[in-house]
Amino acid sequence: MQEKQFILGVLVSNKAGVLTRISSLFSRRNYNIDSLNVAATENPALSRMTIIAQGDDGVREQVVKQLRKLYDVKKVEVLEPDNTVLREHLLIKLKVTKSTRSEIVESVNIFRGKVVDFNIDSVTVEITGESSKLDAFIKFAADYGIIEMCRAGALAVRRGGVSLYDDEDSAEIL
Amino acid sequence: METLIEQGCDTIFGYPGGSVLNIYDELYKKRNKIRHILTAHEQGAAHAADGYARTTGKTGVVIATSGPGATNLVTGIATAYLDSTPIVFITGNVALPLIGRDSFQEVDTTGITMPITKHNFIVKDVRELADVIREAFYIARSGRPGPVLVDIPKDIQMQTCEFQPLPVREPAKPKCPSDKLIEKAAEIIAASKRPYIYIGGGAVIAGAGEEVQALSERIDAPVGCSMMGLSAIPADFKNNLGMTGMHGRFASLKANSAADLIIAAGVRFSDRATGNKVKYTQNARVIHIDIDPAEINKNISSYFGLAGDLKQILSRIVNKLEKQSRPEWQAQIAEMRREEAAMFTYSEMHPKTVIEKVMRRADSDTIVATDVGQHQMWVSQFYSFKKPRTFLTSGGLGTMGFGMGAAIGGCFGSGKHRTVLFTGDGSFGMNLNELATAVSNKLPIVVIIINNGVLGMVRQWQTAFYKQRYSQSVLNRKTDFVKLAEAFGAHGFRASTPAELDAALDKAFKLKTPAVIDCIIDKDVRVLPMVPPGGSIENIIIK
Repeated sequence: MQEKQFILGVLVSNKAGVLTRISSLFSRRNYNIDSLNVAATENPALSRMTIIAQGDDGVREQVVKQLRKLYDVKKVEVLEPDNTVLREHLLIKLKVTKSTRSEIVESVNIFRGKVVDFNIDSVTVEITGESSKLDAFIKFAADYGIIEMCRAGALAVRRGGVSLYDDEDSAEIL
Repeated sequence: METLIEQGCDTIFGYPGGSVLNIYDELYKKRNKIRHILTAHEQGAAHAADGYARTTGKTGVVIATSGPGATNLVTGIATAYLDSTPIVFITGNVALPLIGRDSFQEVDTTGITMPITKHNFIVKDVRELADVIREAFYIARSGRPGPVLVDIPKDIQMQTCEFQPLPVREPAKPKCPSDKLIEKAAEIIAASKRPYIYIGGGAVIAGAGEEVQALSERIDAPVGCSMMGLSAIPADFKNNLGMTGMHGRFASLKANSAADLIIAAGVRFSDRATGNKVKYTQNARVIHIDIDPAEINKNISSYFGLAGDLKQILSRIVNKLEKQSRPEWQAQIAEMRREEAAMFTYSEMHPKTVIEKVMRRADSDTIVATDVGQHQMWVSQFYSFKKPRTFLTSGGLGTMGFGMGAAIGGCFGSGKHRTVLFTGDGSFGMNLNELATAVSNKLPIVVIIINNGVLGMVRQWQTAFYKQRYSQSVLNRKTDFVKLAEAFGAHGFRASTPAELDAALDKAFKLKTPAVIDCIIDKDVRVLPMVPPGGSIENIIIK
């Protein structure tokens, strides 16, 4: 079976140690994780994770089932890429000179990014978007010299009025 | 302590220490309501609670102190986790202000035990304590059972709060597959020509023995089991072929591989049970029924999976099926059984002979525990279990040293009924200190050491796969097990001949206290048949 990326939306209890339980499950069962993002939700008892992982269909099925066995995990859903809004966030600090400053600012606008810090010899840029867009900007920026960068894991929600809180009929296992 | 009583706990296995003094003090005050069994080592307490839980179906309870007390439990917790035994482990820890400061006898108990428990807790507020203990029992018992650990810092133990009794919460109801799915399973079964019912530990835990037999009779199919599935149905049930897998019975292995449909119930397709996973399913479809949905398609891709309670699912499937008869398949199986019967001969001190002599003196309620190694395989192959929950063995983790503690727990669980521990001279060496516990509690346990002077299973692999380079597997110890037994206050016997063995067994089975029989066998007796790791029936070693 073919290895591919999949996106999981996971609701967990907002308690100490939950992240450890999730990440140690991935390492113990030898699953590959590409990115993991976690933060509290509007309900203080719950946190929401977006996990991007790699594997064939069998691995994906196991990841979901093993996550569901964890006591602190309340809900796990596979988010279909076509039906999901996926965003990453990038903070990147670039070297600037008098001559490169304006073309950098111009390109930031093209990427619909924002300059969030501005100095005589550096500029910090914030960009939000899909992974490929961020990759493209990083590639472009490399020519000017990257001082440092920081990239958050992806956030994902499904399109439309549905949510992870919905109590859908979880399909029976076949 | 009140919560433990509320949850139906009447027996605790444990060992006191600095961080659980307050708990033990309460235990002292409640000693008329809860029995505490003091073991020689925390590992022994964990295995004893495991044996107790396996025998009774109740949740075992263990108390140990912080630091080394907790780390000594680790092997026992992992053993229970792999074999799905419900146990609540209660550990003390240093007071909250001392946590994280590398204090005396401090370890990160919840961190260490996270991957080997269903869940664990650290209690940071005494008002949460009762609910956390309740939740621990609920988790341990719900769905696929397993161990849960509750870590209680010492300052929390010293605080008090008002106890509000609550009724015991029933374990979570497992999922219930729809009628459509049950019908689909019945259709697949009805259409098969050579079905083989394959049961595991889940069938013992679910108490699904009758349903398994009903299915077998309804569809005229043989039943085989994993080692953990032994005792789920009586050994003498007419369609029972016994254990399959690496050291399975020949007929059971052969029927397993000749089948066109494997109806797997409460198994997890361990590598020891399947061998080569590709070959395992190349001629057969698999219907996989398990209470844990994550087991379905984990190790073997099944053709059809049903998640839920085995007992209920099997009886619903049986109700959907007409009585079937498969004379051709049964004729093939009869031939396999004949082949098996003619395949092996056994010397007069072969472990099979030893086991049969024990069986003649045992009854259907006798609890049989084993350690891990060759002796474990021989017991699995040759002991005829009549009732579920009478066989205590470490399947998943394969814990040498499990047996002595498990036998003690099993003996308590059975109401101090006759208990037999089959062990090896290697395994026994790991936890023989618990003989002291058996003696203190006057338990009628007969320990039979299948003594070949070597680590037999290691030696067998070295013979087969390492050109007889017996690296570190020859024990050559000078331990006198008879004197050792006597030093512990037990009775000791030695048997090198069938007559000596008969005499020793006669005496040991009359005792109401522990006895050790050092049973000398040849060091080169191997466990046969053997399917090499990753192999299939084509690679079977029969001599």
